Amino acid sequence: MKEDGALLSVRELQCRRGGREVLAGVGFDLRAGEVLGVLGANGSGKSTLLATVAGELPLGGGRVALAGRHLAEWKVEALARRRALLPQSPSLSFDLDVRTVVGMGAYPFPALSPAELDTLVRRALTLADAQLLLDRRYLALSGGEQQRVQFARVLVQALSARGVAEDRLLLLDEPTSSLDPRHQLLLLGTVATLARDEGLAALVVLHDVNLAAQGCDRLLLLAGGSAVALGTPAEVLTPASLQRVYGVAARVFPHPLRAGLPLVLFGAA
Amino acid sequence: MSTVLQDAPAWSPQRHVAPQALLFALCLALPPLAIAAAASGAVSIPLSRVAGLLAGVPAGDDQAALWRNVLLEVRLPRIAFALVVGAGLALAGAAMQALFRNPLADPGLIGVSLGGALGAIAAIVLGATALGVIAPAAMVGSLAATALAYRLGSRQAGVAPLLLAGVAINAICAAAIGYFSFRANDTQLRNLTFWNLGSLAGARWDLLAWLSPWVAVLGTLLLRDWRAMNALLLGEREALSLGFALSRLRRRLIVWCALLVGPLVAVTGTIGFVGLVVPHLVRLPTGADHRWLLPNTLLGGAIVLLLADWLARIVALPAELPIGIVTGLAGGPFLLWLLARRGST
Repeated sequence: MKEDGALLSVRELQCRRGGREVLAGVGFDLRAGEVLGVLGANGSGKSTLLATVAGELPLGGGRVALAGRHLAEWKVEALARRRALLPQSPSLSFDLDVRTVVGMGAYPFPALSPAELDTLVRRALTLADAQLLLDRRYLALSGGEQQRVQFARVLVQALSARGVAEDRLLLLDEPTSSLDPRHQLLLLGTVATLARDEGLAALVVLHDVNLAAQGCDRLLLLAGGSAVALGTPAEVLTPASLQRVYGVAARVFPHPLRAGLPLVLFGAA
Repeated sequence: MSTVLQDAPAWSPQRHVAPQALLFALCLALPPLAIAAAASGAVSIPLSRVAGLLAGVPAGDDQAALWRNVLLEVRLPRIAFALVVGAGLALAGAAMQALFRNPLADPGLIGVSLGGALGAIAAIVLGATALGVIAPAAMVGSLAATALAYRLGSRQAGVAPLLLAGVAINAICAAAIGYFSFRANDTQLRNLTFWNLGSLAGARWDLLAWLSPWVAVLGTLLLRDWRAMNALLLGEREALSLGFALSRLRRRLIVWCALLVGPLVAVTGTIGFVGLVVPHLVRLPTGADHRWLLPNTLLGGAIVLLLADWLARIVALPAELPIGIVTGLAGGPFLLWLLARRGST
């Protein structure tokens, strides 16, 4: 099933918004089974990168290919069966059941039977540790619970494609911003497991450097719309690159519990 | 994000009615209400005789013959008219609220209502007296106003410019209506009231013969799009990510709503508040899932306008109130109640 080479291939990506250059020549490859974390300061172009790769924003230059086809050649409906996006701030303010919200992930797959959909919804909610919320109403949930429900919806979209499309792309923009530490770890763990077992490629924007080092195979560090570093956490999380990305002094230690992983502390001694 | 979401539960009512149950109840309620409305009015007909009268009249029974005539030629077309127009207006309201992701949107927001009224009123003041001229003028006004609002409002991303363009077009239409009213003579002025406040008095079987299938076709198109409307509630980025091309979807919903509401305005004038309030009435107990919201809104709109027209016919006998006064008097306080509820919780 797997194709040779990368599921997502980004080359020399440029993007201008409001006359300002937000992305200036970013490039990377992402294979199915791999989780790539995107780190960067506020305004460094993380969300723009995700929106461009999702097909929301026109390319200002460069090339983005999904499964070997240029992004512009994809129809919106076909794209929805191969990539799922979780935007940064969900804005649902209408009164819907959790079951309905999560089930919307299957809208690109109208051929699914109600029974198949029900199974998928329950599985996704379980993966997001939100199975107890199934019969609740979305607006009555806390911010973190809502974020997990939205994550489950995106998982339904990615998992519905099983057997329909091949490898799929999962784009998550700060999926852990409202979550407690346990759920942050759970969410990234779920993403890593699904990537490995289901042939997903995941691009995840994160703010917590140590969480990213633990949960991602590789990291992309952005500063001012350009890539500062791209590689495994141990390769890219160095005091020099962190200083460039965040403008803050940082010290990097070997992780006391996870061999081979770096542990970052921000702030001068 | 969380500030918006954390006040949101104020909108979420505690009790919950299964939408399927509401649909069932509305289906059950409609026939008896329609029969009761058919029986009362300037000529009162015994309820028990309505069914028998429709079947036929014994020879020589002049009273029964009169009743049958009133039923067939006056009441029934009028009731059918109320059902069709109410269903169409309410359904368009629900679609606009999804499109604008705003529970306070209304079909009139994109100019379709005031544009129609302006077309009709301009035709009347410029000398037209036949409905055959006035109704097409209303239809043209309706579609032209919407098309203009859409063209000007869709040059930038998002629905906010569309909303602003609609507001501007509505302001222009209202001013033009004011100008034509100022120029109108006394006879024309009475005629204008009809367009401004709406009336179902123009109900006729020959109008229904094309209006009903028209509303049925466009209603079906809108009902089939429930997934897209649900996706819009999630957010525009989410809808796009789920495979709904936003600009195409937006254009489609606007065209369908304009084509649905335009002819209704052309034959009944502007009837306010049904499109705004009925989707709310349905959403409060059953939630916002459009799979059920749309059919419930359709039936609810039919029943609400049936009741409003019934009131308009009997409250000031032998005269008849413009229906816009009834829907406004009921809809306005309802909206205030909604706002008060939102503020107090």
